[in-house]
Amino acid sequence: MSASAAKAEAGSRRDAAPRPVEELDSVVIRFVGDSGDGMQLTGNEFSKAVAKAGHDFATHPDYPSEIRAPTGTLFGVSGYQIQFASRQVFTSGDAPDVLVAMNPAALKTNLSDVKHGGIVIANSGAFSDNNLAKAGYKSNPLDDGSLGDFRVYKIDISELTAHALKESGLSKKEIGRCKNYYALGLMLSLYSRPLEKEEEDVRRKFAKKPEIAEANVLALRAGYAYADATEMFLTSYRVRTADIRSGNYRSLTGNHAAALGFVAASELSGVPLFLGSYPITPATDILHELSALKHYNVTTFQAEDEIAGICSAIGAAYGGVLGMTTTSGPGMALKTEALGLAVMLELPLVIVNVQRGGPSTGLPTKIEQSDLLQAVYGRNGECPIPVIAANSPADCFDCAIEAFRLAVKYMTPVILLSDGGIGNAAEPWRIPDPASLPKLEVRFRTDPEGFQAYARDANLARAWVRPGTPGMEHRVGGLEKDFLTGNISHDPVNHERMVEVRAAKVEGIAKDLPPLKVEGPEQGDLLIVGWGSTYGSITQAREKAAGQGRAVAHVHLRHLNPLPRELGEIMQRYKTVLVPEMNLGQLSRLLRERFLREVAPMHKVQGKPFKVSEIYDRILELC
Amino acid sequence: MSNLSTASLLTKKDFESNQDVRWCPGCGDYAVLAQIQKLMPQLGIPRENFAFISGIGCSSRFPYYMETYGMHSIHGRAPAVASGLKLARPELSVWVVTGDGDALAIGGNHFIHAMRRNVDLKVILLNNRIYGLTKGQYSPTSELGKKTKTTPHGSIDRPFSPVAVALGAGATFVARTVDSDQAHMAQVLKRAAEHKGTAFVEIFQNCIVFNDGAYDAITDKSVRDEARLLLEHGKPLVFGKNKDKGIRLRGLEPEVVAAGEGAGDLVIHDESAEHSGLAFFLSQFDAPKFPVPLGVFRAVRQPTYEEMNIQLHADAEARKGRGTLAGLFNSGDTWTIE
Repeated sequence: MSASAAKAEAGSRRDAAPRPVEELDSVVIRFVGDSGDGMQLTGNEFSKAVAKAGHDFATHPDYPSEIRAPTGTLFGVSGYQIQFASRQVFTSGDAPDVLVAMNPAALKTNLSDVKHGGIVIANSGAFSDNNLAKAGYKSNPLDDGSLGDFRVYKIDISELTAHALKESGLSKKEIGRCKNYYALGLMLSLYSRPLEKEEEDVRRKFAKKPEIAEANVLALRAGYAYADATEMFLTSYRVRTADIRSGNYRSLTGNHAAALGFVAASELSGVPLFLGSYPITPATDILHELSALKHYNVTTFQAEDEIAGICSAIGAAYGGVLGMTTTSGPGMALKTEALGLAVMLELPLVIVNVQRGGPSTGLPTKIEQSDLLQAVYGRNGECPIPVIAANSPADCFDCAIEAFRLAVKYMTPVILLSDGGIGNAAEPWRIPDPASLPKLEVRFRTDPEGFQAYARDANLARAWVRPGTPGMEHRVGGLEKDFLTGNISHDPVNHERMVEVRAAKVEGIAKDLPPLKVEGPEQGDLLIVGWGSTYGSITQAREKAAGQGRAVAHVHLRHLNPLPRELGEIMQRYKTVLVPEMNLGQLSRLLRERFLREVAPMHKVQGKPFKVSEIYDRILELC
Repeated sequence: MSNLSTASLLTKKDFESNQDVRWCPGCGDYAVLAQIQKLMPQLGIPRENFAFISGIGCSSRFPYYMETYGMHSIHGRAPAVASGLKLARPELSVWVVTGDGDALAIGGNHFIHAMRRNVDLKVILLNNRIYGLTKGQYSPTSELGKKTKTTPHGSIDRPFSPVAVALGAGATFVARTVDSDQAHMAQVLKRAAEHKGTAFVEIFQNCIVFNDGAYDAITDKSVRDEARLLLEHGKPLVFGKNKDKGIRLRGLEPEVVAAGEGAGDLVIHDESAEHSGLAFFLSQFDAPKFPVPLGVFRAVRQPTYEEMNIQLHADAEARKGRGTLAGLFNSGDTWTIE
């Protein structure tokens, strides 16, 4: 983002000639190339390097739904954007300061996003006639003057990598795969980051293939040395370290954080975890992570389809373990009938929907928040299910535990909404002390005396009974049940009573929610109400507007069904309520319906997150 | 409800729930229920360790009538529910009761994958070759030409054999019996209960309202011996009132021969053959050209899914030690901010 004016002379750089070092508050870099170019890896490695140096960061991976689309094509471009800064970072940034483009298609599809006057580093070796034609360039943009608005660095990364590795004994194809490490070396040098830690990382990552590890280290060093030694970059940059709370950190994606949260729920409750799931983008990583944890009390079951995923989890929950399933929009649609069953059975179950662009197959790898109404309403019958949403990658950890807390306390399925942005994006996670985590209490009823399968406690939850408990044999099912015994009942009054009690149970969760946190003034011109992954953009936009003296506040909802009771009263304290969402206004509908309050919806449904500037501009229009 | 948990003291009565059985009078399901309630106390398993899981359909009301744990789930999904339950609680004896529509139409996918995985489930399919609960439409096992409410001009929808489907999917135990032959049913169900792994039993079951008499040819005592082939492990395939007919193979083509003359050439039944070819070939037998086989088609012991799952966990724990939260949180690349 904005560069500070401060410039300092760099006297301490290694053997390089003194080069001016420009100090920046934050930088946004986007790595783009073919889906097979390793851009996700490069971005990941770069983010870890800056994090270890004490920066906060946020990322946004953006990749096509094809695994490895034909090389050089516009639709095969894969990108990874990272913002790192000397302060807390909430988004991956609106516009890149630096674009690293590995081929013409990558340049073409991303150039318009780059900041005016920004840096473009282009792998000139890939700008062949053939690749230019595939990208639809009539002439080479690196030579024809069309990039006049940018500081362009032409570096033949392909050739330089090949040169550096000519003694490696690797095949041409294998050498080609090392060029992302060359690019990483360039960037680490440009941003004054040491190389040693990264070399260790590479060796660890490729421990099973030492010759590839060494080749990547060589490529990394070559890129670093090239940037250091040539006078191509007139300036190098340094971002001051952020003032970050002390502690141990690691980089986590939302899906990974969710997986850790679910294992935590299992360990904290002492109850095994069972995941029944069918692979679907962008949710599959949760299944991947949990599948590797066989030395924990975790069983994963890759089911034959989405329906079997949730049904096996229901079976497991009936068996007395923490049952869960993971999916994305289309899979959620398939699970609908089983969700109704879980509501009737009144068993704890967690369903994670890592949302993607819809409807139907939609945009599998892009971001959207359009499954909110499906989560709240999308079933036959009166079928209430609590819904919560994570607002950032690290927040997925806490939400995973919260989902199971609600599920076991209220004996109900709980839907946890995440999205592709949160699920795949990474941010630093401050590693908690397990002892500091809230205890998760699970009680199984074992006393047959006076047992009735559908008798309820003060929270209207029925008892959880594990099969194998003597004297408490009972049947559950999808047919309406008697209010007390759980036996089949078609009695009209009983049915109404059951419908009402199921609704009241879920609505009752509202009294069990922590108070809402309002960022900004307690009353004023504008309140922004958000949910999910828009958290970062809204937070930064609000802070910026507040800095301009605007009376704007922000509430971000974790609990979407039931909605927190005090929200209605909070909304009354502001003249206008703005609700930015990556859908056509689904939370807006819920707020109007629940609180009879008019709100100003703001939508973006482009498969991309809100830019800070988009929300900021809207704030200025409204207050 | 009684507090009995000692398996040896149990009787059939202990497995009868207090719910009124609501099948049509004369329905074949009653016989199956009675046989299963009779079988349970013989298995040496505490009552509380049984769970009956069903989907939707007439047969799927079954769990309500069993004084065990049970779930009446949703249409076609019982094998998936049961698989999750068994993986979560391997010590339970988990039974699935299903029908031809539930298992083979709407639940076909779950059915074949349950057969394939070899989770230790007992899957009992009550095949009446008709949709009863929706009042008389054809099912995936209804014969060609059958007139039903949705096939007023006769069905053009080719049926398949549940036994063949189960075998094709790799089931390790596959058997067939019929509701009216109590002794045979008892014997087959007991074998299924004792099998370790997915045990599949097709029960020909008469729907007295919508498909009455569907199995008369193999249940009517006056004709059934000519129409059915009772499978016995290690014995030649012979049938007929006087055991005077046998099955012989000519190349890959079976043929019915007089048992006396070519006795030496008759196919010997081998339910434990590793190769399921013989079982599959028997599954293709149908009236009127061949007798309908009843009994155990296949019974082979292979590692169950949950046995392998338990082993994977034990191996991982032996290799890495029991995981801790601190270990999990701090794995991978970490860094410290002072």
